Amino acid sequence: MGKRVGVVVFPGTNCEHDVCRALEGLGARPELLWHGARTIGDVDAIVLPGGFAHGDYLRPGAIARFSPLMEGVSRFAREGGPVVGICNGFQVLTEAGMLPGALQKNSGLRFICAPVDLEVVTSRSVITSGSEPGTKLRIPVNHFEGNYTCDAETLAKLRDDDRIILRYLHNPNGSVDAIAGVCNEGRNVVGLMPHPERASDPLLGSTDGLVLLRSFLEAADRGASVAV
Amino acid sequence: MRFEILVEVRLRPGVADPEGSTIERALSALGFKGVEHLRVGKAFRFEVDAPDEASAVALGSEVTDRLLANPVIEESEVTARPTSKSTSKTRHTTRVEPMTGSTSLGKSG
Repeated sequence: MGKRVGVVVFPGTNCEHDVCRALEGLGARPELLWHGARTIGDVDAIVLPGGFAHGDYLRPGAIARFSPLMEGVSRFAREGGPVVGICNGFQVLTEAGMLPGALQKNSGLRFICAPVDLEVVTSRSVITSGSEPGTKLRIPVNHFEGNYTCDAETLAKLRDDDRIILRYLHNPNGSVDAIAGVCNEGRNVVGLMPHPERASDPLLGSTDGLVLLRSFLEAADRGASVAV
Repeated sequence: MRFEILVEVRLRPGVADPEGSTIERALSALGFKGVEHLRVGKAFRFEVDAPDEASAVALGSEVTDRLLANPVIEESEVTARPTSKSTSKTRHTTRVEPMTGSTSLGKSG
């Protein structure tokens, strides 16, 4: 029986069906979770997909983080449940304080929609557990505010704790240390700007996102965060 | 009393502001020499009821800390003035919260 994955939908989310399709292809049972719901229900993992929650008004994710459902998402994460935020979902998780840092406007002030080359930095997260460090992946990004920013102290901590999970090989947006994805201290909450669901079928030009999603479902199967 | 609150939010010093840099270069190209340290920000205006100006600023600061500014990259300044009479300024800079991976939903958590 496939794992139940809650896919959170805010007003303005637009990648939920792509994520569901990619997860279904891997045998999971995704279900949409409306942001206004009070509970997350009985799910084994949670995805916050991409889009423009609340029109990205104020700051991306700034309003979405106060959605009623986020209380349940936060609790699920505290209990070690696997949570991944993709693109706008990453922005929501940083605004909610569930991941460190912030995502600001791309350094080139351009919206970037293109495949990018990534390197897996660590296997110690719920989406990279199936990839060796140094593995190269080609996965699309699609964002205006993907420029990962944090202070020097936080960056040093992320490096020391091995919590930078993905880096760009050719930094497209000015992110500090070319960071494309990070995880929390428990390694069960992950945020990344690239869209693995958009690299999940040969028709899309790449299937490199599948290894990340497969690891995520394996974490859901274990019912806990990766052993570290 | 009714107060008008003005909240100015801008990127903290040291945080790259590519939009500000671009505008600064454009001004230089237009002949405005010596225009430096240009930072782009946002301004919010709203009205509140408060017993006095300090309370109005405190309320404006709470609103700012909770939603209007992201302390990871932004700083802010809150000003309150009675909707009718005198004006005065009070500086307020949001504190920078420690950035950890812990889960929290801020004051509601």
